[in-house]
Amino acid sequence: MIEVRQLCKSFDGREVLKDISTVFEDGKTNLIIGQSGSGKTVLMKNLVGLLDPTSGQVLYDGRDFVAMSKQEKVYMRREMGMIFQSAALFDSLTVLENVMFPLDMFSTMNYRERQKRAMDCLDRVNLVGAEEKFPGEISGGMQKRVAIARAIALNPKYLFCDEPNSGLDPKTSLVIDDLLQGITKEFNMTTIINTHDMNSVMGIGENIIFIYEGHKEWQGVSSQVMGSTNQRLTDFIFASDLLKNMRQMVINGTNPKI
Amino acid sequence: MLIHKHLTILGRYVILMGRTFSVPERMRMFFKQYVKEMAQLGVNSIGIVLLISFFIGAVICIQMKLNIQSPWMPRWVSGYTTREILLLEFSSSIMCLILAGKVGSNIASELGTMRVTQQIDALDIMGVNSACYLILPKIMGMLTIMPFLVIFSSATGILGAYATAYIGHVLPPDDLTLGLQHSFNPWFVYMSIIKSQFFAFIISSVPAFCGYTVEGGSVNVGKASTDAVVSSSVLILFSDVFLTQLLS
Repeated sequence: MIEVRQLCKSFDGREVLKDISTVFEDGKTNLIIGQSGSGKTVLMKNLVGLLDPTSGQVLYDGRDFVAMSKQEKVYMRREMGMIFQSAALFDSLTVLENVMFPLDMFSTMNYRERQKRAMDCLDRVNLVGAEEKFPGEISGGMQKRVAIARAIALNPKYLFCDEPNSGLDPKTSLVIDDLLQGITKEFNMTTIINTHDMNSVMGIGENIIFIYEGHKEWQGVSSQVMGSTNQRLTDFIFASDLLKNMRQMVINGTNPKI
Repeated sequence: MLIHKHLTILGRYVILMGRTFSVPERMRMFFKQYVKEMAQLGVNSIGIVLLISFFIGAVICIQMKLNIQSPWMPRWVSGYTTREILLLEFSSSIMCLILAGKVGSNIASELGTMRVTQQIDALDIMGVNSACYLILPKIMGMLTIMPFLVIFSSATGILGAYATAYIGHVLPPDDLTLGLQHSFNPWFVYMSIIKSQFFAFIISSVPAFCGYTVEGGSVNVGKASTDAVVSSSVLILFSDVFLTQLLS
């Protein structure tokens, strides 16, 4: 479980995150949603320690990450996996070497065991057969799946995903969503997903945090989104006329005017 | 303001080097990277070093023969000056300036691209000391391979000089041999290698700093690459003055 307490972050006096307090639960897909520039990525960077908050606490199972020494943070990070928006695979390494990388760095397994573990992870994301390819030779969706395989190679307790569906077609996005939800349940991880994808919100959002202009505007589950009375949330999620009409249809049972 | 800016950059460079020179998490991974960098930065540069050294050696020999050799000068003077120029300045300093362009831009653009595509962030998130993992093998690789490049450069330069004697008939080969052997001081070889070690550190660490600290996108990667070459070239020239004075 990750608990955020009164987290604030400023850049040159400009407040980007304002007093955010929330809890990201174990075994659930926690989604952070919000408009571009609302502070989602800054929040995630504060959670993983790529940025230091101006004030507040980030507690990993009760351990204050902000107050930890550099060395403690290094050890703590070995319990984290992260999937970047751009996948951030190492260009010079093959798919298999990318997945084996965290194992090479931190595990005590021998080469055969590391290779087997990496192949198991690739199998989990349905990428067996692509292990000898380089990142530049595979599609964006496959790169994201390699990034997921790399992130889960060391069985992390916490998984962070920064816009894992960006640049992917709707069908591939669903595959990635299913995969993330599946591994969250399988390994009982605390998964935090930063997303703009409304399919993800409605499909896998077990704990949704809506950030608006740097503060937490709303928190709930996907089933509560449809009936929410928060205007900012509904304006954001049901932004298009099509979605607005569909929402009306679900709420009122009337025919949508499409 | 300008001094403050440069001091800030120097401070950031020192901090980065502090992070770089720490014990690698996995020695096996370090050695793997170390061998890879030696091949990429050093072995792949041998071709250009040999090519340039050969022709510069030939040109120096021709220039010495045409401009210095006279009936008042001993017949070994062309060979002697060619050897001294190659050994004292060309094979260490000028060759390192050339390498600053080739290797420096390579390192800065590689690390800069890794930074903007979040590959370095990915390493940090994994708990890997990214500076140590990425930069230390480059510095150690360059330091290891540089003496070989200096020796290859000197030897090829002398071959170039012999080519002018045997093929171009610019001067008699015996005169050249006499000059190359005249008053030979082995310390100059060591001096050349010692100087090249300082330059190797500059060539690898300054571009690594420029690339590692890139912020923004591809334009900034290009700018970092240019800055890396300019900064390391200027630093090589400055340090050459002090090192030559210190070691002579």
